[in-house]
Parts: sequence; structure tokens; C-alpha cells
Amino acid sequence: MALPTKEVLGILVDNLKIRKCVLPISKKAASRWAKDLKIPKGGNTVIYTGLMYQLMPYISALVSALEKMEGSFLLKFIKLGRFANKFISISSFFGKINKHEVEKHNKTLYIIANLLKKSGLDFGYLYDNDLYAGALAYDLGTDEALNKHITKVYKTLKENNVKRVITVDPHTTNMLREVFPEKIKDFDIEVKSYLEVLIDNKIKPVKQINGEVVVHDSCVYARCENVIDEPRILIENSGTKISEPEDTKKFTYCCGGPVESLFPDKALVIGKERIKQLKKAGKEVLVMCPICYANLSRSVTSDDNIKIKDITDFLNEAYLSEK
Amino acid sequence: MYKLNFEFSTELSKFGAVDLYACYNCGCCTAICPMGLDILPRVIFRHALMGFQGNISDEKESIFSCLLCKRCEESCPNEVPIAGNIRTLRHYINCEEYNIK
Repeated sequence: MALPTKEVLGILVDNLKIRKCVLPISKKAASRWAKDLKIPKGGNTVIYTGLMYQLMPYISALVSALEKMEGSFLLKFIKLGRFANKFISISSFFGKINKHEVEKHNKTLYIIANLLKKSGLDFGYLYDNDLYAGALAYDLGTDEALNKHITKVYKTLKENNVKRVITVDPHTTNMLREVFPEKIKDFDIEVKSYLEVLIDNKIKPVKQINGEVVVHDSCVYARCENVIDEPRILIENSGTKISEPEDTKKFTYCCGGPVESLFPDKALVIGKERIKQLKKAGKEVLVMCPICYANLSRSVTSDDNIKIKDITDFLNEAYLSEK
Repeated sequence: MYKLNFEFSTELSKFGAVDLYACYNCGCCTAICPMGLDILPRVIFRHALMGFQGNISDEKESIFSCLLCKRCEESCPNEVPIAGNIRTLRHYINCEEYNIK
């Protein structure tokens, strides 16, 4: 029995309407990554996470639960689950959140903030007002809920006098840079990815790394946002060679992640196809999207003999020298 | 047997930007789709264009399986907004069939 698309979609959308995010995450957990960084609250320029990295452990738990439910008698209760979710979040029943995964993604955000500081950027953070940008709701075509949500997000940005946001992942970049201006009249906030800012600010490496890495481009960065050269310049400036996989740059091959919340089995098949291409190119793969990281990590096996890393792990060593 | 709705392609535009006419049905999208959908974008668009509304209902799984990765758009000779069309079809299904708004 396939997963009931309608009910899974319904739960995600109800969460967005009731809890401001497709999967509920506490404000404290969402901003925990910044607790030791003393980033000023608010400001004209802010780092904007859009909660994508913070959400990944919750999405992993959901995907894992859905995988178990496929073909099981539990599917009969999902309608009841959707009804109950309107009153109490049922996400905690999906399974335990992996603490290592939480720490991994919090560290990624910590590194990005430190890279921006190192590049000389003066920026703030919205803490509790750093809201989910709505990427999944947009992709799933739930426009009524999305439109209401992004109006709230924009209002929050304006109330905080934000003029420029620095994003940390491709999906939030795309939402704020392309979708918000389409849907919100007079949208006037400048949006840049942290990778673009690091290049604009001419960040210099502190360490040369002699090695070779494979770059897996995110579909959204490569085909929607034209963020293709920036990661490559940052990698090559630190002395590391790049090995390109068979499908790369504008023609990159999807990681499969975008369908993992509705069709985890299909997402895994696409992920494994991409892994075949990546392992032909090298042993260390750098990704720049939390969804790519999650789905490729899920698709790789020890027999593949490759490591999937977020690009920030590399940049941390080359530009901040903190391994 | 399905009932035809000749106004279907026009009705779809109420749910978002959609351009079904631009598709030549040439198959360049099909050739490089990572998902290898059971029902391909060009077939879905042709069904919508010809008013086969019932077929669209049956093709929900393919419509929601699209990765929206836009790889197909890179090789489309007529710049069909394939991912946008799919998103609009999802919005239509959510509103008219799933009652998710």
C-alpha cells in the first residue's frame, strides 16, 4: 500500500498553519546553534536560516517513520493522526530525533556565521523571528497556506527593519529571492546566499589543502539561483582540486530529496543513482544543501567507499582552520 | 470512459501560472528525467490540454513524484515551464480533490 499523499500533505500544511512550520520545532531548538556566538539581535543585515538545517533531523524522523508505515496496518490510522495533529503535534510520535544529526546541522550554521564574520560582514540574527520560508509548502502546491505564511514572514522581516538577508541554503534563497517577490507586492529586501557573500567579500583561506573533492551541485542553486562558480572558487582558492561528476553544474542530477516526505522509497532510488555518478568522480563529496546532504547520506552504503560532507566542513578547515 | 472538459486548461490557470500550449510533445524532458515517471510530463500536459480531467486525477502519483529539479527544462527546446506547470497541477489537485487549502 502506497503512502496516502493527501493525509501526509494535510499534516504538513496543518503544521504550517498552526505551528508556522511544516514540522514543529521549538524556538529554543531552532536558535540553539547561535547561543555562543553573541550575534546581535536584528539589524539591517541578518543571517537567515529559514530553519532548513534545523528541520532536517525532524524530516529524517518523519521519513524513517513513513518508510516503516509503507505497507503496514498503521496506515489505516493516518487519517486519525491528521485529525489529532490539529490539536496536539503528532510529530513526536514519528520517532526519536537523532542528537548527532542535530549537532551536525547546528555546527554547520555555527561555521557559516563564523565564515561571514571572518569575511568582514557585520550582521545580526532574528532568533525567535527567524521563520521557516515555506519551501516545502511551495513545492507541494499548497498555495493558500503558503501565501498566508509568507505574508507573516515578510511582515516580521519589515517589523525588524531588515533590508538584506544572508541565506544559508538553496531552498530558502530561492523562496526569498524568487518566490516572495512574485507573491508580495513591493518586496524590497536584498537576498544573498552566504557563498555569494564570501566571494563578494573576498574571504582569504588560512590553510592550503592539497587534495581533491567532488562537488555535487544543488538543483536549486545551479538551475534557479546560478550559484555555481562560488563554491568552486572557494574550494580552489584553498589549493584543492575539483573533480566533476558526470552530470554537473547546470545539468546536475537531483539527490532525490525533494520527494522524500511523500515517497521515501523513490527518493532512495534517485539518491542511489546519484551516488553511482559521484563515486566514479572521487571519494569525498561536498554538498551545499541540507536536503542533498540528508538524502545522499541516506543513499550511501559502506561499500560505496565515499564520504558525503557539507561544504562548510571543508570551508571550516580551509578558512577558519578549526577541524 | 472519462468525460471531457474542454475548459480544463483554462480552468487550470486559476490555480497558477501554466503554459500547456508551448509543449511540442517532443520527449526531450522524458529522455533525461531522473525520476523516469510512469506518466511523463509531456503526457500529463497533453491530457490537461485536451481536457481529459479524469486522467489528471489518475495521474496524481506522477504529479506529486516530480522532483521539480528542472533538469528537463534545461533541455526543453521551447522553454516550457515544466516545473511550474506541475506545481500548478498540484495546487489544482490540493484544492479540487484533496480539499487542502
